[in-house]
Amino acid sequence: MNETTSSSEAKPKIDFQKITRDGLWGNNAALVQLLGLCPLLAVSNSVVNALGLGIATVLVLVISNSCVSLIRGQVNDEIRLPVFVLIIASATTCIELIMKAFTFELYEILGIFIPLIVTNCAVLGRADAFASKNNLAASALDGFMIGSGFLLVLLALGALREILGSGTLFADMELLLGSWASVLEIQLAGEQYRGFLFAILPPGAFVLMGLIIAAKNIFDERQKQKQLPTSEPGVQSKRVRVTGHIS
Amino acid sequence: MVTDSISKNSVLLAIFAIITTGACVLTASLSHSRIETNKFNALKQQLAQVMPPDQHDNELLEDHIQFKRENQAEQKVYLAFNNHSPAGIVLPTTAPDGYGGAIDLLVGINDAGELTGVRVVPPHSETPGLGDAIELKKSDWILGFNGRSLENTPNPSWAVKKDGGEFDQFTGATITPRAVVKAVKKSLVFYSQSKDAIFLQHSLTHVLNLDEAKSAKADATNE
Repeated sequence: MNETTSSSEAKPKIDFQKITRDGLWGNNAALVQLLGLCPLLAVSNSVVNALGLGIATVLVLVISNSCVSLIRGQVNDEIRLPVFVLIIASATTCIELIMKAFTFELYEILGIFIPLIVTNCAVLGRADAFASKNNLAASALDGFMIGSGFLLVLLALGALREILGSGTLFADMELLLGSWASVLEIQLAGEQYRGFLFAILPPGAFVLMGLIIAAKNIFDERQKQKQLPTSEPGVQSKRVRVTGHIS
Repeated sequence: MVTDSISKNSVLLAIFAIITTGACVLTASLSHSRIETNKFNALKQQLAQVMPPDQHDNELLEDHIQFKRENQAEQKVYLAFNNHSPAGIVLPTTAPDGYGGAIDLLVGINDAGELTGVRVVPPHSETPGLGDAIELKKSDWILGFNGRSLENTPNPSWAVKKDGGEFDQFTGATITPRAVVKAVKKSLVFYSQSKDAIFLQHSLTHVLNLDEAKSAKADATNE
């Protein structure tokens, strides 16, 4: 929070690299901020579902961040949250309608999780913490990067759960990408593979998610130890907790 | 001063509400026809799965009625005709007692009271890997209904094997197939009881339209 505010006020030049790094890794919505876990865990049972919801989330984040950034001068503090919610809700509704029109079968599978993007705290969090204080380009990029970070975690989790749970990878991709994509399906286990049920069910999603977070932390720790003499670790690992600010 | 800021803020909020709602309305109106086509095609495909197109020559989606019985909720029924004589029906129904909640089904029944097909209408919330074997994608259990009727499968057999019937249950999941079997049986009973009433109601409501359509078609071919 303080980090972004001070940097945007101190130097008008935007650090696009930092936005990218934070969105994808350092401040990843799913792995670090742990926001939007409900759709993350509910829809990550296959790659195609993960990709569908992930792309929808990226689009909503980019649209809402851009709109919020554009109107940031017009809206005062008292009504900013209702306005942000209006923007996010209508962006989500539009995306939902577009998915219904162009990827109808995927829409049927993702069902209520598309409208539930509205409740993904990462979206409102970025609108309030970043887009309301930065210009259009930076906000759009931030939305894209935060969304992509979320999408990548969704994909990783979706791939893991699909491999363990169904023994396939990229099954049913034609629902999203058109009929040619059916060749992408990889059968990793024999026909006899009954599937590891635990991976498909929500508890398995929690456990796998925990393992992914643990892997990230171990990796970060290693990196930090390597760089210990040169950089200050305290600043880097400082988490941006947007939830505290919203309430 | 306070009233000033209140009125300013409410005007601002109203403007935003109008703009955002306008964006939604615009998208909705632009995508409406495409979404309707998608829904139409999806339903048509589902209907074709439970009622093979070669067993009837009418458009199922056009010949449907809301069938009303005493003390019962309205029931949508799609009617199949072959050469204008009844060839069967497709019944959207629900198995209310699945393991994860209600399961929506489409049940196709031909004129002789035999099942032409049963399919689960997604989404359902049966356990992945266990109860979801009712989906054709996961197993061909659901095809076991084809050709069954109340005559060739008498009453005690209309149950899963665990209950003394003829239908397989799944390892670790009995509740789901039990619910589906029960709902399909109920559909067959419904058909045998209400068959005549259904087609009567249809002819009463549709005969006028049908005649008009036929004469229009005849005119077109004459010309």
